Amino acid sequence: MDAIGNFFERCGILNKLLGNSGWGYQSRSCTIKLLFATGPSINTRLLVAVITSIALLVTEHNNQQLDKLRSFLSFVVDPLKYLVSVPTNLLQNASDTIRTYASLKEENQKLHESQLIHQTRLLKLEALEKENIRLRALLDNSFKLGEQVLVAEILSVKAAPFEHIVTVNKGTRFGVHPQQPVLDANGVVGQVFRSQPLTADIMLITDLNHAIPVEVNRNGLLTIAVGSGNLNQLILPYLPNNADIHPGDLLITSGLGGTFPQGYPVAVVDQFTSQPNKPFASITATPKAQLDRNRELMIVWSNAAPIPLTGKPANETTEEKQHAQP
Amino acid sequence: MTIVAAMCLRIAPWPAAVVPFNPDWVLLVLIYWGLTLPERVGIFHAWFFGLLTDVLTGRLLGQYALAYSLVIYICLKLHKRLRQFPLLQQELFIFFCLLLSQLLLFLIKNLQNPAQLHAAFWIPVFTGTLFWPVVYFALRFVNLARSLK
Repeated sequence: MDAIGNFFERCGILNKLLGNSGWGYQSRSCTIKLLFATGPSINTRLLVAVITSIALLVTEHNNQQLDKLRSFLSFVVDPLKYLVSVPTNLLQNASDTIRTYASLKEENQKLHESQLIHQTRLLKLEALEKENIRLRALLDNSFKLGEQVLVAEILSVKAAPFEHIVTVNKGTRFGVHPQQPVLDANGVVGQVFRSQPLTADIMLITDLNHAIPVEVNRNGLLTIAVGSGNLNQLILPYLPNNADIHPGDLLITSGLGGTFPQGYPVAVVDQFTSQPNKPFASITATPKAQLDRNRELMIVWSNAAPIPLTGKPANETTEEKQHAQP
Repeated sequence: MTIVAAMCLRIAPWPAAVVPFNPDWVLLVLIYWGLTLPERVGIFHAWFFGLLTDVLTGRLLGQYALAYSLVIYICLKLHKRLRQFPLLQQELFIFFCLLLSQLLLFLIKNLQNPAQLHAAFWIPVFTGTLFWPVVYFALRFVNLARSLK
């Protein structure tokens, strides 16, 4: 009997669903349950929800003490990010697999050539580095150690429409932490902005809220490059009209502020317009990094504490001897 | 399950031209379930999924939670009347719901840093309204399959 009753009930639901009103009413027992609902009323629930969310907003806005809650929730949400980027990755892999032998061979040859060139440059670099250390020691200066990098892959996820923020597949599990600089093969990409256990968000240098201290490579003129909101443009808003800067000048990181290590290329100046009626000139630059075409990024650990060399001349000489012997 | 799908849609890698038009799928799905199964989907569900959306889109924790729970509160209050409405009138209601949620987000953003916001910030309200029939019929299909089970 019960089964037949259920069947009729379902038919009723079906009719109602297909009918004009369109809304599937639940079976009557549910409606009755609602009438005698236990627990707090809907108004109280709303009040509780609103108060908790406002409390969350205020606490997180004032001081970042909710990182634990966020990283806990991100365990639920981060797999979604991986899931979403699966189709794009599959496409990428497929196009990698079906490339022809000829194109691979050509690419291999090109890479080989560029590797040779870089290798010869590196030969000189070592000598130059040593010389630099020696000169800095003479000047009673300190020398920064080299940086360590971690290659991370971008997940094809677009979380917020008006922000230049990308998500990568390395997080706090790999030791990624906020404010780490991020590079690609051509230049500075941005900095780590938030890191969760499985993923990390990277703010690109072109984001409206991002600014990076730079210097002109030609003459060492210091300034700040601010993101424009366009992926291919940076703005230098704080240079006077008579500043010594020309289109084509390379901007490198100045190392001021401590976030970005010194000396990485950031952008090339492409337009200089002096505005006689305003205190500052209007200057734009194009980022060196290919912000929209990258798949892999490098997250950098820079050695923040400079190593003093002035105190150990003995060490220096032994190293030189070691070099001299072979 | 459908909310998970909506979250995927929310962060899917749309081409750059489409991104500003991407409607708030999670809220649309929540509204549907709030209207259809008011005894199952409560304000705390909305609050929780709002919190997850906050983490997903990397916002200040609590802003989507606040917006979603308010909208679902209105849906729960009005669900008996709204079920009788024709689709066009529902669309109007959805429009105001989406507008309310976007307005809250806008206020919170402005409190955070009164930065210049694009006019395109409001586009998802309109596209969301346009996509409501799609969500409605898709989820009605899901609901039908569920209640037949």
